[in-house]
Amino acid sequence: MMTPSPGNSPAATVSVPLYRLAHSRSGDKGNISNLSLIAWDKECYDVLVEQVTDARVAQWFDYRHPARVTRYEIATLQAMNFVLEGVLDGGVNDALNLDAHGKSLSFHLLDLPVEVSAKLAQRLPNVPGDALSNA
Amino acid sequence: MTAAPFLIGCATGFSGDRTDGALPIVRSLAARGGGTLIFETLAERTLALAQLARNANPDSGYEPLLDDLLNPILASCLQHDVRIVSNFGAANPPGAARRIAELARAQGLPTPRIAVVHGDALTTREQHALLRERLGPAFDEMDVVSATAYLGASEIAAALRADAQIVVAGRVADPSLTLGPALAHFDWAEDDWVRLGRATMAGHMLECGTQVTGGYFCVPGLKDVPDIHTAGYPIAEIDADGGFVITKPDGTGGVVDARTVKEQLLYEVHNPASYLTPDVVADLSQAAVQTIGPDRVAVTGITGHPRPNELKVNVCHRGGWLAEAEISYAGVQAEARARLAADMVQKRLGSALKLRMDLIGVVSILGDDNGGMLRAQAPGNARDVRLRLAAEHIEAKSAERLLREVTALYCCGPAGGGGVRTSLRPRLNMVSCTIARDAVESGWTMLETQQ
Repeated sequence: MMTPSPGNSPAATVSVPLYRLAHSRSGDKGNISNLSLIAWDKECYDVLVEQVTDARVAQWFDYRHPARVTRYEIATLQAMNFVLEGVLDGGVNDALNLDAHGKSLSFHLLDLPVEVSAKLAQRLPNVPGDALSNA
Repeated sequence: MTAAPFLIGCATGFSGDRTDGALPIVRSLAARGGGTLIFETLAERTLALAQLARNANPDSGYEPLLDDLLNPILASCLQHDVRIVSNFGAANPPGAARRIAELARAQGLPTPRIAVVHGDALTTREQHALLRERLGPAFDEMDVVSATAYLGASEIAAALRADAQIVVAGRVADPSLTLGPALAHFDWAEDDWVRLGRATMAGHMLECGTQVTGGYFCVPGLKDVPDIHTAGYPIAEIDADGGFVITKPDGTGGVVDARTVKEQLLYEVHNPASYLTPDVVADLSQAAVQTIGPDRVAVTGITGHPRPNELKVNVCHRGGWLAEAEISYAGVQAEARARLAADMVQKRLGSALKLRMDLIGVVSILGDDNGGMLRAQAPGNARDVRLRLAAEHIEAKSAERLLREVTALYCCGPAGGGGVRTSLRPRLNMVSCTIARDAVESGWTMLETQQ
């Protein structure tokens, strides 16, 4: 991971949530959740490949106790697919969760912070006022 | 490609979806010389619910909204050579077929040729013995509601080749609803894995309805969608090599662009190189999308590999009772009062029920059932909090205790609790395995109707 450096030099990086670089949708099958992560463009995709590793996603979803997290890269779509096993409390028929499908999990992924250059951050879409947006 | 593409639209993504999606599709297909309209209405658990309905009334057990789905478009489909293919037969495809014949008669239409697909329901002693082999002794303990195999596209294709105008199935793999008509239209060999893989993914794009046309997609400020309230249902234009374009009917809201298509392409996919269906193992690991016009996206790069040897089976069985109860608190110490209420209920129930606790407005859906996320978060000062408690128990009477304890909070609980809602519902649990193809006697028959 890059170290954030101060100032306005071209090397300066800032921490931004993933939702500024990509979009995501959850799907469920049994006790397995899959989360797509689709970059807006190639430059964003390169950030995902480098920083959004399966280990990092496993840690981010630690509170759901994943048995295994697998990352699949689909470079032709500038997208990746995360498969999180054992995170749905048994799945839609067994969980007590209001969101038994884990539909909301994609939006938890999109809150993951990544480091990007200040230059890239400047052109990324943003949600001004969001607690994480780092606008 | 110079030949006209095969057109297929999908007007529902699940049982309970909107019922007005079909008309714009049918208008579009009719104007372009016909095609096929599909309805996907059968999520994993839907079929078991349908079986319970059929147990209670032998004439039911098919899609409850069947009349609403078909009445507005039946005449137009028959007139303009728009075939209808669906899994809305659920647990009673012959019943659905008879109902469709009645609807046609009531509208004064000539009796349509309606084919019924059978064989998905695994009911024989031999089939259950095979399931026990796979699921072990636990199978003997299950109060089974339904055991069904996912059929593929072959029966649908055969029925269409025999000139069925409507094909009613129960459990078939969702993409097979699209692949079957494409197989019949192009007369592909059933081991033409590349073309089958491509058309299967076309089906995958269609099977969730508006999820590819802007539904389930919008995030204001990040991914805006025009006229989302009238989002059109999708149409695929499939070419003779299985390549396809995703679009939607003119005059409808929503959007088809590279982003909506990519989200749906990866929806419910695990390994993108190996998307298993009864018909083919589709491979989208090299897929690419290209916007070729307004609300028109071409999908390329998909291929396919030989189909799995066995068919997937879902076994749904009764799983006890789910109890849920909620109460709200507002103002000073609202969160503290909600937490106290949960604590009171847990103390009174002791170990009889294991509770899941949610504080709606604080932490509710992201945590797991053990509540670690909520415990890790220090009590805050939220001023508008809804406490939700949930538990399950094999006996209804035991599960019901949660409802009574939460209701009693009206008088006995912390100050100012309001808006109690409770529900007690039977649960259906599900296990999956596979079964040998030759143990499943699938086929189709044309409904014989009396004029």
